Amino acid sequence: MTGQDKTIPVLEIRGLQTVFHDAQGAWPAINGLDLTLHKGEVLGLVGESGSGKSVAGFSVLGLIDPPGEITNGEVLFNGRDLRKLDEESLRQLRGASLSMIFQDPLTTLNPVLTIGEQMVEAIAEHTRGATPDLRRRCAEGLARVGITSPAERLDQYPHELSGGMRQRVVIAIAMLNRPDLIIADEPTTALDVTIQGQIIAEMQELQRESGAALIWITHDLGVVAELADRIAVMYAGDIVETGSTDDVLDRPRHPYTRGLLNSVPGDTAAGEPLRQIEGSAPPLSRRPAGCPFSPRCDRASDMCLDQPPPPEADANGRVWRCYHPLPEEEAA
Amino acid sequence: MMNALHADAGPTPPPVLEMRALEREFTRKPVLAERLLGLLGRQIDIPVLKAVRSVDLSVHEGEVLGLVGESGCGKSTLGRMLTGITSPSRGELDYNGKPVTELSGQALRDFTLDVQMIFQDPYASLNPRQKVGDILAEPLRVHRITRSETETRKRVDEALREVGLDVSYRDRYPHQFSGGQRQRIGIARALIVEPRFLVCDEPIAALDVSIQAQVINLFLDLRRRRNLTYLFISHDLSVVRHIADRVAIMYLGQIVELAPAARLFAEPAHPYTRTLLEQIPSVRNRKRKFHAVKGEIPSPLKPPSGCAFHPRCAFATDRCRAEAPLPRDLTETHRVSCHLFDNN
Ligand SMILES: Nc1ncnc2c1ncn2[C@@H]1O[C@H](COP(=O)(O)OP(=O)(O)OP(=O)(O)O)[C@@H](O)[C@H]1O
Ligand SMILES: Nc1ncnc2c1ncn2[C@@H]1O[C@H](COP(=O)(O)OP(=O)(O)OP(=O)(O)O)[C@@H](O)[C@H]1O
Ligand code: SF4
Ligand code: SF4
Ligand SMILES: [Mg+2]
Ligand SMILES: [Mg+2]
Repeated sequence: MTGQDKTIPVLEIRGLQTVFHDAQGAWPAINGLDLTLHKGEVLGLVGESGSGKSVAGFSVLGLIDPPGEITNGEVLFNGRDLRKLDEESLRQLRGASLSMIFQDPLTTLNPVLTIGEQMVEAIAEHTRGATPDLRRRCAEGLARVGITSPAERLDQYPHELSGGMRQRVVIAIAMLNRPDLIIADEPTTALDVTIQGQIIAEMQELQRESGAALIWITHDLGVVAELADRIAVMYAGDIVETGSTDDVLDRPRHPYTRGLLNSVPGDTAAGEPLRQIEGSAPPLSRRPAGCPFSPRCDRASDMCLDQPPPPEADANGRVWRCYHPLPEEEAA
Repeated sequence: MMNALHADAGPTPPPVLEMRALEREFTRKPVLAERLLGLLGRQIDIPVLKAVRSVDLSVHEGEVLGLVGESGCGKSTLGRMLTGITSPSRGELDYNGKPVTELSGQALRDFTLDVQMIFQDPYASLNPRQKVGDILAEPLRVHRITRSETETRKRVDEALREVGLDVSYRDRYPHQFSGGQRQRIGIARALIVEPRFLVCDEPIAALDVSIQAQVINLFLDLRRRRNLTYLFISHDLSVVRHIADRVAIMYLGQIVELAPAARLFAEPAHPYTRTLLEQIPSVRNRKRKFHAVKGEIPSPLKPPSGCAFHPRCAFATDRCRAEAPLPRDLTETHRVSCHLFDNN
């Protein structure tokens, strides 16, 4: 679609595990993650609130602070293991060839600096240029994400912008240095469809030009349906299903994926209760012994309570972790 | 209309909140050079940003009023004015028939507790140094709503459970939560004082569909049980269609269309509303081509002349460029501001 060769791996994650320590012990928030992302590819990472999507993103960038700890695994970025890099080389990569759009824009933006000061700083760290030139690039960056009067906006502080504008400023910053990989964590949650479309169009443009790969973390199945080449579904720190967008959305094999698809509003009459997956995800410290989804799964058997299901794959490269997957022909 | 509660809604219930010509502007303080020029008696030109421009709107008891509009059009500013966090630059706001500015004593206390807001940015609205249990207990203690610590604790646990969070999370700090968990803490905090009017500012944006369903079901249930009234700000039209009785469409600080939800989705009148409805993403509608927004998005710092939507409107005429349309009633409940409807 993008004319890029989607066979060169940009990112290969193998067995990545991150835990949070507390007085009672160490609890995995992501539990042996395996993922491969190719040049120019868009991977949609979806899953319930608290399933570990953001922690996965942080872990790739090595941004886990105590009491969190990355305990296992490899993160190969263009062939180099990020976990073996020292802090300085990692910092060089972040914001240049590897960038992350954080879920909470206010954690990225400094409240006492103007938008312009922060953006100029982000570029200046990786390129040389006179301040007026850099400011012009920043204003262009803002215009690309649909922010009007960009020159005036550069002189405002984060709290003077609307929620969606702050989110867009963060996106603009992430795109400034034309990275090879962008991890976008719920980048468009607070944005309306028109602006969302604009931003996605800009991202696709960036991909066409520089072959950037994209991990798009979201709960919005509508957006990934339109944007992603592949989808990975996360539950309680595990990727429970991956495959092509069409396979996963039209023919889900994992009961959790189907539950997610069923709760999308649209089929329920207005004002009526929406279908929700019964129960809620357990805290990290009370993860069930067998399949993590078993307490909420209507297909669970004794086997499911005993041992976590191993990954199984089909010829199309779809992988699922479930002892009793939905039959292949069943369409959503 | 399908919304069970209001299908045959007899006489309209009284407005809980009524806005008349409500406005809010922002300016910045003059910088040094500008102040010096001012001292010399020169005219200084500091940009004025009109975030909300002359809004007339009432919210009736027990209804869910959806507020939809592009990023930056003024939704949060309007919501913050309703809750008294931001004061209007001009215009009037009545709560239960009385101007909010004249409330005092018990009436003011009622207003501050009755009208709660779920903030768009949960991170900024939670004190990072307070444990979640204390964040939730604070209003109960401050306003002496609960009589004992045991009762407070019970209420806190209930509130956590209602939003699908484990009660053991009480002892954690806000940064130890995922984005969606934090948003639910914001929801629990707004609900814990049992408000009568809730301004929900993108309350479910960071939630996955299953938890979204849980929270929406909770909202609908609270309306049924306690006749709670909502201003529901959201960019997600499928959610608004599901939960709202009426929908107001906002564009560059003004309400351009207002109608019962079923009617708005079936027969949108304003060209902007029609554009919005065309673009609802869905699981079924796959691999749509994405486009940059057509026409320049106007800036509230330099609002276009005439109808604010004219630079992007396929139906714009010279008249639209010169003259701002006035609101017209298409039916008793359907109001639109657009010259296309001037003759009806
Ligand atoms: N600093 C921390 N200390 C303890 N637990 C944490 C910390 N940060 C995250 N967690 C826990 O790790 C789990 C995964 O969190 P994560 O933020 O990755 O979820 P998520 O999938 O991004 O969810 P959301 O969609 O709500 O943002 C959650 O249960 C969360 O409570
Ligand atoms: N404290 C402030 N100082 C200056 N300008 C402000 C302030 N608060 C809001 N504004 C401006 O008012 C306009 C409307 O902002 P508001 O937050 O109400 O938008 P919104 O409709 O909620 O958008 P979003 O969907 O992105 O949250 C924006 O142009 C914003 O920059
Ligand atoms: S392994 Fe068992 S419990 Fe887990 S999802 Fe499959 S059927 Fe359900
Ligand atoms: S008034 Fe004119 S420009 Fe404005 S929405 Fe109507 S037709 Fe379009
Ligand atoms: Mg997250
Ligand atoms: Mg807002």
